[in-house]
Amino acid sequence: MSLSAQYLWIIPALPLVAAGIGALTPRSGRSLVAGAAIVALVFSFFISCAALSTALANPAAHLTHNFIWFELGNDTVRLGWLLDPLTAFMCTMVTFVGTLIFIFSLGYMQEDENFKQFFCFLSLFAAAMLGLLVANSLLLLFICWELVGLASYLLIGFWFHKPAAAAAAKKAFITTRIGDLGFLLGLLWLYDSAGSLLLFDNGNGVLEATALGALGSAATVCGLSVASAIGLLLFCGAVGKSGQFPLHVWLPDAMEGPTPVSALIHAATMVAAGVFLMARVYPLLTPDALQVIAIIGAITALLGATIAVAQHDLKRILAFSTVSQLGYMMLAIGVGAPGAAIFHLLTHAFFKALLFLGAGSVIHAAHHEQDIRQLGGLSVKMKLTFATFAIGTMALVGVPLFFSGFWSKEAILHAAHATAGSHFPFYAALVGVVLTAFYNTRLMAETFFGYARSHAAEHAHENSAVMTTPLVVLAFFAIALGFLGTPAYPWLQARLSGETAVHGHSLLDGVGLLVLSSGLVAVGIAAGFALYGRTRRLRTKATAPDPLAIAAPRTHAFLGDRLKFDELYAATFGVVNTFLATASDWFDRYVWGGIVHFFALLGEFSGTVNREADEQGLNAGFDATSEKLRATGQAYSRAQTGDAHGYLRFLAVGFVVLALVAMWGGVA
Amino acid sequence: MNAVPLLSLVVFTPWIGAAVLAFLRGISPATTRALTLAFSLSTLALSGLLLFQFDPHSLSPQLVERHTWIVALNVHYHLGLDGLSLLLVLLTGILTPAALLASWYHLSPSLPLPLSPSSSPRLFGSLFLLLQGAALGVFLALDFFHWFLFWELSLVPAFFLIKLWGGPGAPRAAYQFVVYTIGGSAFMLVGFAALFVATGTLDFAQLAQLGRDGTLAAKLPGSGHEIVFFGVLLGFAVKVPLWPFHTWLPATYAEAPTGAAMFLTGVMSKMGVYGFLRILWPIFPAPLHYAAPWLSALALGGVVFGAFAAMKQTDLKRMVAYSSINHLSYCLLALFAVSYATGRNVATGPAASAALSGTLLQMFNHGLSAAALFACVGVLQTRKAHALSLPSDTGVPPVSLHDFGGVRTAAPIFAGLCGLSLFSSLGLPGLNGFVGEFLIFRGVFGLHPVAAAIATLGLLATALFLLTFWQRVFHGPRAGVTATAFADLNPIELATLLPLAVLMAVFGLFPGLLTGLFNPLITSWADHLTLP
Repeated sequence: MSLSAQYLWIIPALPLVAAGIGALTPRSGRSLVAGAAIVALVFSFFISCAALSTALANPAAHLTHNFIWFELGNDTVRLGWLLDPLTAFMCTMVTFVGTLIFIFSLGYMQEDENFKQFFCFLSLFAAAMLGLLVANSLLLLFICWELVGLASYLLIGFWFHKPAAAAAAKKAFITTRIGDLGFLLGLLWLYDSAGSLLLFDNGNGVLEATALGALGSAATVCGLSVASAIGLLLFCGAVGKSGQFPLHVWLPDAMEGPTPVSALIHAATMVAAGVFLMARVYPLLTPDALQVIAIIGAITALLGATIAVAQHDLKRILAFSTVSQLGYMMLAIGVGAPGAAIFHLLTHAFFKALLFLGAGSVIHAAHHEQDIRQLGGLSVKMKLTFATFAIGTMALVGVPLFFSGFWSKEAILHAAHATAGSHFPFYAALVGVVLTAFYNTRLMAETFFGYARSHAAEHAHENSAVMTTPLVVLAFFAIALGFLGTPAYPWLQARLSGETAVHGHSLLDGVGLLVLSSGLVAVGIAAGFALYGRTRRLRTKATAPDPLAIAAPRTHAFLGDRLKFDELYAATFGVVNTFLATASDWFDRYVWGGIVHFFALLGEFSGTVNREADEQGLNAGFDATSEKLRATGQAYSRAQTGDAHGYLRFLAVGFVVLALVAMWGGVA
Repeated sequence: MNAVPLLSLVVFTPWIGAAVLAFLRGISPATTRALTLAFSLSTLALSGLLLFQFDPHSLSPQLVERHTWIVALNVHYHLGLDGLSLLLVLLTGILTPAALLASWYHLSPSLPLPLSPSSSPRLFGSLFLLLQGAALGVFLALDFFHWFLFWELSLVPAFFLIKLWGGPGAPRAAYQFVVYTIGGSAFMLVGFAALFVATGTLDFAQLAQLGRDGTLAAKLPGSGHEIVFFGVLLGFAVKVPLWPFHTWLPATYAEAPTGAAMFLTGVMSKMGVYGFLRILWPIFPAPLHYAAPWLSALALGGVVFGAFAAMKQTDLKRMVAYSSINHLSYCLLALFAVSYATGRNVATGPAASAALSGTLLQMFNHGLSAAALFACVGVLQTRKAHALSLPSDTGVPPVSLHDFGGVRTAAPIFAGLCGLSLFSSLGLPGLNGFVGEFLIFRGVFGLHPVAAAIATLGLLATALFLLTFWQRVFHGPRAGVTATAFADLNPIELATLLPLAVLMAVFGLFPGLLTGLFNPLITSWADHLTLP
């Protein structure tokens, strides 16, 4: 099977058509719309597979197809499609995971009255994400990027009658848009310096040697080279989309959407877009820019894992784990290992989709109870969900050798260790490993072990096959995918960097790090069990305080409040924003409006002075004459109807006469 | 010279319609509506002919009609069409019928929601047609004399439309609007009188030639050149409006009836930008260049403060009005950036053509989306009047951000079309608004990066207040006016909004349909940026 880049547009177009069908079908056409969405994505998956086999046949090639969008001055604005291993791997993953999430939604959203609309938006989301992946132009990528933002806005706010969901949707859109403005500026700067936004264009693309060389030799601005500045501005977009510190605040709130949406946002689409963007423009990134990216990634990895320790909401814990894992991916980019970043992105997509769908399964079974203190004891009631969720957790924690997350995290740790730059990211990543093992053990223990601590948890039972089958499939890949990139045979990383040969090394090289990280995982799990897994704890009521809250109540509360980032932003940016809005309005009303009124008053005053002078001084003699004139006037005024309509008719006649004079007068 | 004076037909058919309506006393409201709509559609129909005959690659005005008019003053009746004019004629042709459809209840005293204090559909129809013809005259005239007549005459019907059919504060707002605008125009008139005395011509092309080769500066000794420039500038600055000459706008748009507000923001605000492009920039390249840094700062003020002030508004019409200030300031910012860069020894060609293309696209796209937004607010107004069972002679009620809730549940089709207009207005890619704004930012960044960076604040603030609008009115539980019955769009409202929504999507995906009309013109402008 081989696929020409020319036909790559079909991959995003199929879900887009499904979205169109969804938009035009009446509310009753549930199965038609859901069917169209799933069938379209399945076909996109097949085409993505063809694309993948084409790309793997010659991994170093960047197959492109460019076309003119519109003419601009002496130039044209061109867009295009790009096929290389990065695009192909991502497309395959998105369509595959997406299909499973779609199928799961069939069961999860069964009773929602806007079922049809849900599938319409899901298709739009998938289409935008796939468009972003196949774009060979940063402009097209940006367009799809913003459409991903729109689709996530619609889906996070899907239950828009809930004020919290409406607010979360707006927060997600605005926060990511802050990052997008940086992206836009970076794009403009790149456009201005390179004269094109095509990534690959027979040697003239911005990722090709000519443009990169020209950028590298460009002057510096404020001690930063132009290339670094552009790279960092583009990174702003990724910070917003991929929930990196300091713009991570929207991600946990995005949990207000239905759970399949959370799975889609956190696993396959949206947050992956930022990491993908950085991997895509990797050749543009200078060492300075990479250093910043690595540090932001490390901070995010630590921050997410720390906050997750003190959350009680099942989905929020997973959300912060996403924040943390995305930090790892960015960190990998920053330390010069985009292959490892994408490897982790792919494994994470599967096990995080698994975890979110598993959480959805729990929430659906427990009548929308998602506070882990209210759950418990579900391991016996929902065996399949429990087993698959446990696999997902072990993959996320990085339990050695058998789980995909272990291998992809290993690749990142190795790269962070080997980097020539700062070693802060490396140590942060190690601390993150312990924390991740700890809070996930807590999550498992509280949700699945011990006794049910609420009515909802007592009466939970396993879901139908339409919801559990996707879990099983995802669980399989949460294990299997890791073997694509082990240090012994890093096939995936090799293909992503365009190599046909795979250079592995024995697992015993650098075995110290392997052992160290395995040890750290063990420490985290042991600590988690010690605090949350002991029988005494397991028997307690839902109201019993968290052991950590007893040990350090203030710190725990601070972490529980997510380090008060929302409050901090409200007190700074929020206040500045309100001030600016109030000041703008006040200036308009009183300063600029006041000046206008001053002139108006001045006019009125001089008019009065004039009139009085005329009346008292000059007109007295004329008054007698005027009196007679007035009498005559009154006689005439009977002809005046006082009807605006009549006046307007005269006005209209006047216009027409004027026009006729104009035309005929000219001819004469 | 062509056999059929096509451009005169474009301009005067609406006026003939106005005259016909004025004379047909006693016709039924249904006939009035049909006649008004038919005459207003003439522009769109004739635009089809214009598109057919128009050659975008010919840079001089086409379909020219030039006749001697007043010999003593060297005044000619001179009409001509280029890409810029055609774009705006098209816009007028699309928006006027839409605005009339949005005013259907003003034209139908028998409908349950007549809402208008004056019950004369004939008067409303003829005023609207007068307004349409005047705007078309402005876009096609190439001699100052009758251009100015059209310019000023457009105020008369606008005044009556706002005053007689507007909200409670309409008389005051209409008065302020007309006096402020005429105040600005007075300076422009004096400026042109001085130009005429100095040069003996009022023809735009001839004046531009004199401006380009420096003759104009020589003929206006001392600081006369600059004084004339500022007079003309003031006229246009008030019309667009350029910040801070904008204070008439929020009140006027808020008080105007829906159809008039659509026309004011969609077409009349473009008359100002058109004036900048057609008159001020070509005739005064050097003074504009020297004033450009200051003017850019004012345009940036409009972009940023316009958007932030919008955030503070609770009256929905005032909010949309402020968003218009913000959107049109982008157009001016781009033009000023180009003027600022003129004559500098840098390669400005690609950036300048992007900025100018962006300006033209933004004019057109803002017309579509802002008019659609006003139509949506108009729908909300009628629903509120209905819910409150207002008597028919009280006029339309103002609508606030807090009057509604959950409209998306109650009226999904309306919500869909209004959402599309909102996202078009905030520049979502895939819809029309994005392309213009992207090109403006591309151009301004190339010419003046700092200005582009500051202007992104406006993009952010726009997203904030438009999403607040959307969230408060359409999301959440059904509340306020929406708590009781809230009807979805009726066929007339659908006929108003749907074509606009379709065009937003079409021009978002295929901007080439529009840029193809003016790209050669823009290219020649961008390639010949020189100072005398």
